[in-house]
Order: sequence, then C-alpha cells, then structure tokens
Amino acid sequence: MGRYTLRRLLQLVPVFLGTTFIVYVLVWGLSDDPFAGKCGQRECSASYVAQMTERYNLDDPLVLQYLKYLGALLTGDFGQTFSGTEVSTLIADAYPVTIQLALVAVVIEALIGVAAGVLTGLRGRGFVDNLVLVSTLVLIALPVFVTGLVLRQVLGVELGWIRPSVPGDPTIGQLIVPGFVLGSLSMAYVARLTRTSLVENARADFVRTAVAKGLPRRRVVGVHMLRNSLIPVVTFLGYDVGALMGGAIVTEGVFNIRGIGGLVFRGIQQQDIATVVGIVSLLVVVFLLANLLVDLLYAVLDPRIRYD
Amino acid sequence: MRRLVTAGAAALAVALVATACGGGGGGDDPSAQTISIEWGEPENPLIPGNTTEQNGGDVIDALFAGLVKYDVDTADPSNEVAESITTTDNRNFTIRVKPGWTFHDGTPVTAQSFVDSWNWTAYGPNAAEAQSFMEKIDGYDEVSTEAPTAPTMRGLRVVDPQTFTVALKAPFTIFPLTLGYSAYYPMPQKFFTDRAGYEAAPVGNGEFRFESRTPNQNLTLVRNDQYAGSVKPQAQRLEFRVYSEIQTAYDDVVSGNLDHVRAMPSAALAGDRWRTDLGAGAHQKEGLVTDSLGFPLYDPRFANPDLRKAISMAIDRQAIVNQIFGGVYRPATGYATSAAEGYVPGQCGESCTFDPQRAQQLLAQAGGFQGPLTLTANSDGGHDPYMQAVANSIRQTLGIDARYTPVPSFSEQRRLANDRGFTGLFRNGWQGDYPSIETFLTQLYRTNASTNDYVYSNPAVDAALSQADQAPDIATADQGYAAAERLVLGDMPNIPLWSRPVIYGNSARVAEAEHNPLNRQDTTTYRLNPQG
Amino acid sequence: MTETAPGLRTAGAAASTGTGPDAEPTGGLWADGWDQLRHRPLFWIASTLIGVLLVMALFPTLFTSVDPQAADLALSGADPSPDAIFGRDLQGHDIYARAIHGAAPTLTVGLLASLGTVVLGSVAGLAAGYVGGWGDSVISRFAEVFAGLPFILGGIVILTTFNKPGQIVGEVRIVTQVVLTIVVLSWPLAMRIMRAAALEAVQQDYVKAARALGAGPWRIVARHILPNTLAPVLVFATIQFGVFIGAEATLSFLGIGLRDPVVSWGVMISEAQERVADIPQALFFPAAFLVVAVLAFVMLGDAVRDAFDPRGR
Repeated sequence: MGRYTLRRLLQLVPVFLGTTFIVYVLVWGLSDDPFAGKCGQRECSASYVAQMTERYNLDDPLVLQYLKYLGALLTGDFGQTFSGTEVSTLIADAYPVTIQLALVAVVIEALIGVAAGVLTGLRGRGFVDNLVLVSTLVLIALPVFVTGLVLRQVLGVELGWIRPSVPGDPTIGQLIVPGFVLGSLSMAYVARLTRTSLVENARADFVRTAVAKGLPRRRVVGVHMLRNSLIPVVTFLGYDVGALMGGAIVTEGVFNIRGIGGLVFRGIQQQDIATVVGIVSLLVVVFLLANLLVDLLYAVLDPRIRYD
Repeated sequence: MRRLVTAGAAALAVALVATACGGGGGGDDPSAQTISIEWGEPENPLIPGNTTEQNGGDVIDALFAGLVKYDVDTADPSNEVAESITTTDNRNFTIRVKPGWTFHDGTPVTAQSFVDSWNWTAYGPNAAEAQSFMEKIDGYDEVSTEAPTAPTMRGLRVVDPQTFTVALKAPFTIFPLTLGYSAYYPMPQKFFTDRAGYEAAPVGNGEFRFESRTPNQNLTLVRNDQYAGSVKPQAQRLEFRVYSEIQTAYDDVVSGNLDHVRAMPSAALAGDRWRTDLGAGAHQKEGLVTDSLGFPLYDPRFANPDLRKAISMAIDRQAIVNQIFGGVYRPATGYATSAAEGYVPGQCGESCTFDPQRAQQLLAQAGGFQGPLTLTANSDGGHDPYMQAVANSIRQTLGIDARYTPVPSFSEQRRLANDRGFTGLFRNGWQGDYPSIETFLTQLYRTNASTNDYVYSNPAVDAALSQADQAPDIATADQGYAAAERLVLGDMPNIPLWSRPVIYGNSARVAEAEHNPLNRQDTTTYRLNPQG
Repeated sequence: MTETAPGLRTAGAAASTGTGPDAEPTGGLWADGWDQLRHRPLFWIASTLIGVLLVMALFPTLFTSVDPQAADLALSGADPSPDAIFGRDLQGHDIYARAIHGAAPTLTVGLLASLGTVVLGSVAGLAAGYVGGWGDSVISRFAEVFAGLPFILGGIVILTTFNKPGQIVGEVRIVTQVVLTIVVLSWPLAMRIMRAAALEAVQQDYVKAARALGAGPWRIVARHILPNTLAPVLVFATIQFGVFIGAEATLSFLGIGLRDPVVSWGVMISEAQERVADIPQALFFPAAFLVVAVLAFVMLGDAVRDAFDPRGR
C-alpha cells in the first residue's frame, strides 16, 4: 500500500503539469487580444497593452510563458489579477467558505441520500419507493439554478426563514439551504446507488449465508448488507467531495456566497488569466488528492481489492 | 487502515467547529450604524485616473471630491473644490482652488494636486484607463505615447498654490462642465511617493475615508469629519458589499439584509413589482444611459441608409419597453437623453418610430436584404431578453431571418468591435460621462473616434462637431451638437433603442440615499432613519 | 466490442429493444434478459413514454401546427388558454409549441451525450480495470487531466474555438458540437465508475476461473465483466441523461450552446428562470416535460438492469 501511495503521488506531477498547461494555453489561447473589453467601450491605450504584455510575459513563446508562470507558482507566487489584487489573497479569502459549503453539502447528501436509499432498498417496491424515486428524479431533472432560485424565493423572501444571501463568515445554519441545493443532484444519485447496491447485495451469497446461520435481521442488514453496499456510495461521496471543493458556480451565485466557484467563473468571463490558472492549479491538486484518497479508501473498505 | 477514516472524520469535525465559531457578527453596534450597498468588484486599483467602470467609480466618488460637483437632482454643475473657473476664449482656462481642503492624511489639496494627477493620467507608460479624458489638453500628444517625449503636458501650469491654468489644443466651450468626472479628481502626494501604500489604503479628499477591504467580499468607508465640502456627510459608515447577482441583492434589500441596491433586476421591474416591494425606497430619475444597435458599416450589405432606417422602424420600442422593462425605460427619439444639457426631443423623427408599412417600403426601396441578419450582444450582461424581442420584432415586421446570436462575454463583444469583426447589428450601451449632449456624440461618431465601432465617417458631422466645440457660449455649443446629432441620425449608423432611467432602491432602514442623474451615488445624501 | 453494443443500445434507445431475439430461456444471457424484460409492466410503461417522446421529436407537427418561433410580445406572459394551452412566455411564444419542438434537440443532446460518455468512459474504464498496472495508471491519470478542467472553461473554449462569435451555426452542427463538448468534459466520471466495477469483477473467482480455463480477454470482458458492470453504469447513464440536458442549458445560458432558432427544454427553462415569479408557466411546462423524460429513461434503465444483471437472477 505504501509503495502504491508513493507511486500515485509521483504520478500527480505529470497530471498537474498537463492540466495546468492545458488551462494556461486555453485561457490565453482564447484570443489574440486578451485586453479587449478591459477599458469599457473604449479601446485600451497602446501603453496599457504594452504594460500588461510585459507583466504577463506575453511576448515570450507560450511554453516559456508557462514555465515562468510555473516557476513563480512553485515559490508560492500566484500572481496578480488585472486589477492588481494578489490571487493568493483572493484564494485565502474565498476558499474557507467553499470548503464549509462542500462539507455541509456532502453531509446532507450522505445523510438524506443513504437514508432514502436504505428505506427504499429494504422495503422493495411500494409507495415509499416510488415517492423517493419520483422526488429524486425531480431533483435530477431540475437544473440547480431552478432549485436554488425557488428555495431562495420561497424560504428567503416569502417566508423569511433564511437570508436570501449568505454573509461573509457564515454559520453552519446559514449554509444548510445552499448545501442542500448544491448536494441535491448527488443526493439523488446517492439514494439510487444505495438502493441498487442493497437490492443486489440482498441476494448475495454472504447475506444468504448470514441469514442461514440464523443471525438476526438487524445484524444481517447492519453489518453484512449495509457495509458492503456502502462501498460504491462512499467511493462516490469521496469523489464528490473532490468535485465540490472545486466550488459551485451556480449555487454560490444564487446565494451570493463569495467562494472559489464564483471567483473562477468571473475570472473566466473576464479572462483574468492569473485568477483562472492560479485557482485551477490549486483545485487540480485538491481534486487529485481527493481521487487518490478515494482509491485508497476503496481498498480499505473492500478487502477484495489489492493494489500491491 | 482505520486511521485514514478517523483522520477524515476528525478533519470534518474540526471544520464544522471552526465554522460554528466563525459565525455571528451581525447585530452589534457598528453594523447598526452602517449603510450597506450592493457592489461589484472593481476592475482596477482605486485610482481616479485609472477607473472608468461603475464599481470602482462609485467608491472613488465617495473617496474624492472634484473641482465641479453635479447636482443630485438636476445634474447641474456647480463649483466644489474650485473657487472659480474662468476663461475668455474657451481655450485657456484659469482655475482657482478653494483653500482649506485637505486629503484624508492631512496634506492640503492644492493646484499641484490636480496638475500632478492629470499629468499622471495622461502619461503613456502609466497606461491609465481614463487617459483619453486628457486628450484635449495642449501637449497631450507628446506625453501620451508609449515613449513620451515630454514628462508633463505643457498646457498645464501651476501659477500659485491655489491657482493653475489649462490650455487646450482647441477651444472647447463646455470644458468646465466636464470637470466633475472622476478622471479629473486631485491625487495626494502619497500616491506618487508610496504607490503600494496608496493602493492598499486609498487616500482622497472626499466625504468618506477608506477603512478596510476584503477583495471579492466587501469594502468599508467611514465618515470624513474634516470634509470641507458644502454638504457634509451624515452616515457613519458605508459598506460596499460584493454581489454576483443583482436579484440576490434585491431580495436582500426587500428582506432587510441590505440597505441599498444600485439597479433593479428585470423581474422586479415587471408589473411595477419593485414599487410594491420597496414602497418609499423605490427611486427613479432621468439618466444618461442609452442602449442602441450599431451597424458594421465596413460590411457593404449595410451601406444603404434606407435599409438601416427600415430596420430601425421595424422595432416596436414601446412594446419591448412595456413587456421586458415594465414600462420603466423610455423609447429613444435620438442619441442623447433628457437629463443631458442640450437635449432636444424627437431628433430622430419617423426613423425611430415603429411603422411596419413604411419599414417594408424602405426595405423594398433599398433592394431587400439577403440572408440571415444577426444581432449580437454579450450574454453575461442581461441583454438576452430584449435582444430576442428586437430580433423577433425585426423578423416579423420585415420578413427577414433576424436572429439573436450572443457571445459569451463583454470581452468577446469588445474584441469583435476592435477587430471590426461584426457581421450584423451589435448592441451598444453608452453611459454619458458628464451631463452634456456632447458626451453622446464626439466619442462615437467623429471619424476615427475612440468608440466609433461602426467605422462611420461623415465630414459634415466632423465639421459640425468642431464648430460646436468652438462655439462662443454653452447654449450655442448645445445647438451645434444638436445639429450634428440630426446629421448622424439621418445616416443612422446606430439605431437608438431606449434610455435607461437611473433606478435604485433603499431598504426601510434608510431615510435617504440618492444617485445623481449620472447614476453616480451622492454619498453625502446617505443617512439612516433615526433609531426607533 | 461488438458484443457490448446490444446492451448499451438497449440502455440508450428503447426503440431498438424490439429487435431483440425471441429466444428460449436457455438462449444465453441477452436472450434471457429480453425474456424477463417483456414480462415487466415497468418496461412497457417506460417504453410507451419514450415512444411518445420519440414521435414528438421526429414528427412535431403531429402535435402542433403553431410556429414555435412566432412571438407576439403583446401577449407576453399570457396564462394558459384555448389559444395557447400552456400559456405564453416572456417573448409571447406559445409554450406548448416550443415544448413540442424542443423535444428533438433535447433528446438528441441528452441521448447522444449519455451514450457517448458511457461508451468512451466504459471502453477506457474497462481497459484500465482489466489491464491494470501501468495501463491503468496511464488511462486514469489521463482522465484526471480532463476531470480537472472546469466544465464552463472547457465549454467556452471548445465552442468559441469552433464557432466564431456572432456566426450563424446550423442546427446539426451546433447540436453535434454541444454533444462532443459534454462528452469530452464528462467521460472521466463514467470511466471511474466502469473501472471500479471492472476492478471488482476481475477479482471474482469465476473470472479467475474463466481465465484459467483459457478464455480470451474479449470473451472474459464480454461474458463476465461487462454484465457485472452493467448495473452501476446504467444507474449512471440514466441519471446523467438529465444532468446533460442541464449542462446543455448552462451552455446556452452562457451564450455558446444551442441558440435561436433551435429550442430545447433546457434553453426554455434557463430563459424562464429570471421571470419565474410572474410567468411561472414558462418554467413549469418544460420542466415537467424534462422530468417525465428523465423518469421514463430511469425506469427503463431499472427494468433493463433488473433483467440483465446476472446477480439479480
């Protein structure tokens, strides 16, 4: 396991380089005139363009530009936005709330999703099963912005139960509704995955054996079925944490959460290369580490998998 | 093996505890005295000469005071930091600065503060965004290039600590009226000696002082009790809070979590909902913002003015304003708006009136139009609903295949404009910089003007504009500009659609918080209701 | 690979299941499955719904004679009435006519993107899971490069590279591009699921036994691994169908996806969201169509999985 982990950590390097290079090329490659629109309706002055070209090494060949950027990045210098703000400051301000939101969302989707999945998986087909099926499908079919807007309008404006926006340093309570919105899609997926997995395992040999041994149903379900059925669910949740840590553009926008998703989105729209490349580089690392953890966890949970 | 899982659980627990501790903060004393304002992240550091967009401009207007101030209701200019602005030939101006004004760091505001600021803005290597606002000053051309041949503009001369003179390249009668724009604000010595320190904590001479800023979250200002202006600020503290969506900010104002929203989401305009929701907090006044649709005159398909007028007359402006903008916007009858000095109503005549028969007739005269007609706007600016409505109106009136083809971002739209890459009508938004009809004409329709995206050129228009610039007095100048506007409208390089009034909303806590017709916040008016 | 096709095709488009062999119960896995399937009411309900949707997509004029492009601004936001049974949207379009005409682009994008993601992801995932070792590492890391790209950034870049802004793009071309964009940016998740399932299956005794008995890799994959991976992939694919329609709506919302005169349910929903408070019908009806479509595909997926999954026997 140790050697496997080490090998995976080494493999992070080429993936990191590959992804950041692609992102770097994509953001600059979008245009030959990155400063269009930077000066309102007017065209930017030649001296402004010259200065920016200098600041971002735009006269160098692309690969050299990238290497210069990478070199700075490795010394912890994320660069500056067009408006002169340090990207590292932006990240430091925005990331905590993104992590909180991601964790709240994962907890909510795990609790509700697994509960719904277990409920329907054990009961089999019936009214509850269908109700859960249909309600999860509604969540899947509705785009996130619709769920978010409806909840904000109803709970925030009409009933006044929540604030329509989340303040700068939110409490867990203030993140529950946005977390629910963010996690709704995955929640539906978790519910269905749990149910499917339980139904399959109910017919598995080890469950039949356990039942044949005369173990009480509670123990069969709790220990044998649930533990094995949750393997794919946990894998998925782990993967989802990694994805959610990348920020949630829509949910953050709807509830005005000043997180990393909105930062990347705005960076992409304004083609603020330093913001986009800086954040994406960081997110790639987070995402890769999350993936690695999931793979390790997978081996831990499922004794049949061996990596070495 | 199990350690991994526990470690994860511990991390989760720590995060949850940390967030629980991070909460609270609302309801204590400072926030009770703070007016919170919907805001967006500025595009540049808060330097007057380097800011031309709304978000940065709003804070700069609270931090700085200029030579001239625009009246909050009428936009009429009056002297603020200036004691007098005098001229005999409309080309050489003598400006006297009132004594007693200081910057927030205690240093005095002098003639030198203005001259230094304007020279910095004009100086090429500084790459200031508002550079072109200095282009009328004598000596600009030597200073503004990438490799300047002079360090300062020879047209600016400090006579004594309270007096400086400005020499323009050519007479420009309305020059004093333009001096309220933020590009002409003075700069403190600190900016030139300690640029980084200034950017971290900007120092101005206005009614509010900088307090703190968290990028991408908020910025706070506190009242400047040493403010030398005629109207003193009343609010203790302003918080400019960053929002990504105007609708969220609006909902926050309605539910009492935010005090001031600088614009209205279109959903709130529908059925006058915003007036119902906000009651006395709903405000509207005439402004200087227009929407229009430009023609790429470099595309020979659009060479015929009759075709351009036919398209203009096929747009049912009133119906679109009623349905999409809740009847709040004003269908345009020319390029300028009624809040601008020199505005003449009905300049466009029948060319801006919806008339299907006449439109079809003109189209036939022009020999019809082949192929699809594209209408382009950036979809990140909330333009989709009305652009679609305009396309529908043109298609159904003229029977040509008009389609809305959005681009993803404003940068993309600007890139097409700069590259002369439009293949059909393109959306233009224009916000006047000062309350004069001139602000709607020179920069847009003069040959090779900075925002002449149409590549429009008419020597008669150029001559009319120059003549108006040099008129002996403002009234004559305004008549000259109006004549130039009629000439341009006769060629219809750009279809006027409607003007946007200045609309904003206050929460129930706020007694007063006004914008002037330039849609700039006049923060001296901001005050809360007395605590009950 | 040819043997994987029937299963996937059944999962994707119900229409083709009708061609399944009418075989004896002993006629092998696929025939057994078909036999099971045709005795399940769920399967027939789902198939009927999907059938109706497909007819709607292919022959919209059977359902409405109204031009979906016709907009009467004076009737903006009109309530449902005999004139327009679902009412009218902000622009004064007939919502019913638009919803009917929106079926084809929506289903095309949803189905092709799901199918493309599943096929590409499955091939990569199966290869990674079955081959293991260095091959697994290379494929997995390659997938991570794509998974690390933000969807919106990738979407903007791909679609603006292929289409000059403001350019008129044909219907077929833009639909193809949207599908390819979604597939290119979404396949890593399918790959991971397939790989996990394959990893698990490779460890099973019967796979080891088959290998020991000298079965070739193609046979092992098709006969033993693929059936075992069917369940998670079908759950994924049917849910992603809904997700991809949402992704398509997001691209349109950004001004780079489907555009006039093409209508899709996702575009209708994203256009309607801003004014949902005063024109709720513009959001409700396309959303209802979408929910029904997703429901039908998920039910079909469930039925097919129950019928074909060997562990479910």
